Amino acid sequence: MSSIAIKGVKKAYAKNAVVHGVDLEIATGEFIVILGPSGCGKSTLLRMIAGLEEISGGEIWIDGKLVNKLEPRERGCAMVFQNYALYPHMTVAENIGYALKVAGVPKAERMQRVAATAKVVGLEAFLDRRPAALSGGQRQRVAMGRAIVREPKVFLFDEPLSNLDAKLRVAMRAEIRRLHRRLGATSVFVTHDQTEAMTLGDRLVVMNGGRIEQVGTPAEVYNRPATRFVANFVGSPSMNLMEGAIDRHGVFVYDEQRRIPLPGALDARLVGHKIVLGVRAEAAKLVEAGTPGSLPATVDFIEELGAGRVVHTDFDGLSFAVALSDAATFETGDPVGVMIDPADIHLFSIESGLRIDLPASQPAHATSL
Amino acid sequence: MEKRATFSSTTIGLLFALPMLVLIFVFFYWPSGQALYWAFTLEQPWGGGNTWVGLQNFRQLLSDPYYWGAISRSMVFGLGSTSIAMGVALLLALFTDREMRGHKAYRSVFIWPYAIAAPALGLAFRFILAPEAGFLSLINQIWPGLWNPALDGTDAMIAVIIAFSWKYVGYNFIFFLSALQSIPRSLIEAAAMDGSGPMRRMWDIQLPLLTPTLFFLLVINITESFQDSFGIVDIMTQGGPARATELMVYKIYFDGFKGLDYSGAAAQSIILMGLVVLLTIVQFRFVERRVHYK
Repeated sequence: MSSIAIKGVKKAYAKNAVVHGVDLEIATGEFIVILGPSGCGKSTLLRMIAGLEEISGGEIWIDGKLVNKLEPRERGCAMVFQNYALYPHMTVAENIGYALKVAGVPKAERMQRVAATAKVVGLEAFLDRRPAALSGGQRQRVAMGRAIVREPKVFLFDEPLSNLDAKLRVAMRAEIRRLHRRLGATSVFVTHDQTEAMTLGDRLVVMNGGRIEQVGTPAEVYNRPATRFVANFVGSPSMNLMEGAIDRHGVFVYDEQRRIPLPGALDARLVGHKIVLGVRAEAAKLVEAGTPGSLPATVDFIEELGAGRVVHTDFDGLSFAVALSDAATFETGDPVGVMIDPADIHLFSIESGLRIDLPASQPAHATSL
Repeated sequence: MEKRATFSSTTIGLLFALPMLVLIFVFFYWPSGQALYWAFTLEQPWGGGNTWVGLQNFRQLLSDPYYWGAISRSMVFGLGSTSIAMGVALLLALFTDREMRGHKAYRSVFIWPYAIAAPALGLAFRFILAPEAGFLSLINQIWPGLWNPALDGTDAMIAVIIAFSWKYVGYNFIFFLSALQSIPRSLIEAAAMDGSGPMRRMWDIQLPLLTPTLFFLLVINITESFQDSFGIVDIMTQGGPARATELMVYKIYFDGFKGLDYSGAAAQSIILMGLVVLLTIVQFRFVERRVHYK
C-alpha cells in the first residue's frame, strides 16, 4: 500500500511542453481517475509515475520515496496497458507468471500464485492458451492478472477498457471496482470516457492541455465544475453554455428575448461584464411556448435514449439540450419554452474560464473577474 | 453491344507470366538440366561428343578424399561465416534499436557492404589482412609469424570467413533491425514494468519474437555461404594454401575450368545443389518448430 505525491511535474519533448507543472496528492488505497480529452497529457503523466517516461521537471514520490531517477522495476507499480501488451510467445500462465519469474520466485510458489490469480480473474480454463487464441475480454483479464499477481503497491491503468465493446466494458468496469475493493491498492486510472471516470473513481482529476482543471469527487466535479472546460467535458449531454452580459439589475442577458435572473444578492463586480452561463440539460425543463419566464426556442431534433430522451432546441443559432424523463410531446420544428431555475445555473469567467460563485450561494469561493 | 477482343483468364495469365518463365527457364532450368546431363556423361575437354557413363562421375568423386575435404571445409566455412554474420548483425541491431539516434545513417551505411562485388571485397580484405603490410602486421611484429594466411591454412580459412561475414553483416542487420522495430514498444514497456532489465528483456521478449527473422536469415546465410563464396576465395587465397580454403564451389570452378573436367564439375554442382536443398529441408524440419510466428 502506498501513497503518491506529484509535485510540479513537467514533461517536455524537445521544446514541446505537454505537461505543465502538475501537483497532485494521492492517498493510500485511493482510486484516482485522470480524465481528459486525447492529447491532454494524462497518459504521459501516468507513464511518468510508472517510470516509462523521463520526468522533465518536478518530483514524484511513491510511498515517501523520491522515484524520479528510479527504473520502473524499482518503483513497485504494475500497469495495465491499453492494447494489453501481452507477450505473444507465452501462454496465459507464462504471461501472468513472468514478473514472478523475473523476481526469482521458485517454480512451485509461482505456479500456485499464478493459479490463484487466474481464479481471481476467471482464467483457470485458459492457462495453456496463447494470447492469439483469446477474445478481447479474456486478453484484458490476462493483463489484469499480470498486474495483480505480484501484489504491487500501486496499480496504473492506461485506458485499459477502450478496446472492448460497450457491454464488456461495463462488465470489466464493475470487475475493476470489485478488485480494488478486494485488494485495496492505490490505483491511478487514465481514461477519456467520463462514464468510466464517474463510476470508478474515488476522486476525479480532470486534465486539459497539460494542466489539471479540477480535482474532486465525481459528485463535486459534476455539481460544481471548477472551469468552463470541466463543465463542458463532464456530463452527457454536455452542459449548455451561453455567453451574455449581466445588466444592472443582475439579470443575465443572452439576447432580447432570453434573460435569466441571477439568484441571490446582486454582485456589483459582475454588472456590465460579459460572462458564460451554464445549465445542465437535466436541470432545464420544456414548457409550452410563451410560458412567462421561459426562453423561446424551437425543437431541432430529439435523441431517444430508451429511459429518457434529449431534446435539442435551437436559440436562434445556439443549440440548447434539455433532458426529459417522460415522453416527448414535441416534434421537430415545434416552438417551445425552456424553463431554467436560477438555482441551477453555473457561471464562468469569459476570460479565465474559472467558475464564479455568487455571493449568496458560496461566498467563500467567490472568484474575482 | 461493342465487340471486344477477349482472352481466357488462363491465356492472359500465362502471357503475363511468360517473360519471367522464360528467364527462369533460360537461366535456371536449362543450365541445371544440362549439368544434370553432363554429370552422367564423360565430356571431351575440346568438345565433340560425349559418352554415357552412368554414376561413374559420382562414384569417383565420393571416393576422392580431396572432395570430402572440400565438403567439410564448406561446412566449417558455412557455419563459421553464418554465426559471425548473424551474431554481429544481431548485436548491432539490438544496440541500434535501443539508441535510435542516427539510425537512418546506420541503416544505409550498413547495407553498403552487401552491394560490393565479392572479388572487390576479396581484394580489399587481401590488403587488410596481409601479414606483411595490413592491420594485422602489428600482431606479427609482436609475435613474428603468428598470422600468415598465405602459409597457414587455418589463418587463410579465418580470413575468408571474416571477409564473407563482413559482407553479410549489413544484410542481416537490416532484417534484424526492422524486425526489432516491429515489436510493439508496449511489450518492452510491459516487461520493464514486470521488473525485467534491458538484457533480460532482450533474452525473454525480443529474441523469441525475432525467431521468424532468425530462421529466415539462417536459411539465406547458409545457402549463400555455399554458393556466394567463390569470388572471395578466388581473389584472396585461390583455394590455398594446400587446399585449406578449397570450398565446394571453388573446386567446381577449378576442376571444370582449370582442370577441364566438365563432367566431374557438373557432378559436383549436382551434389552441391543436393546438399543445399538437404540443409534447407533440415532447417525447415527441425529449426522451424522453434519459431514463434505471430
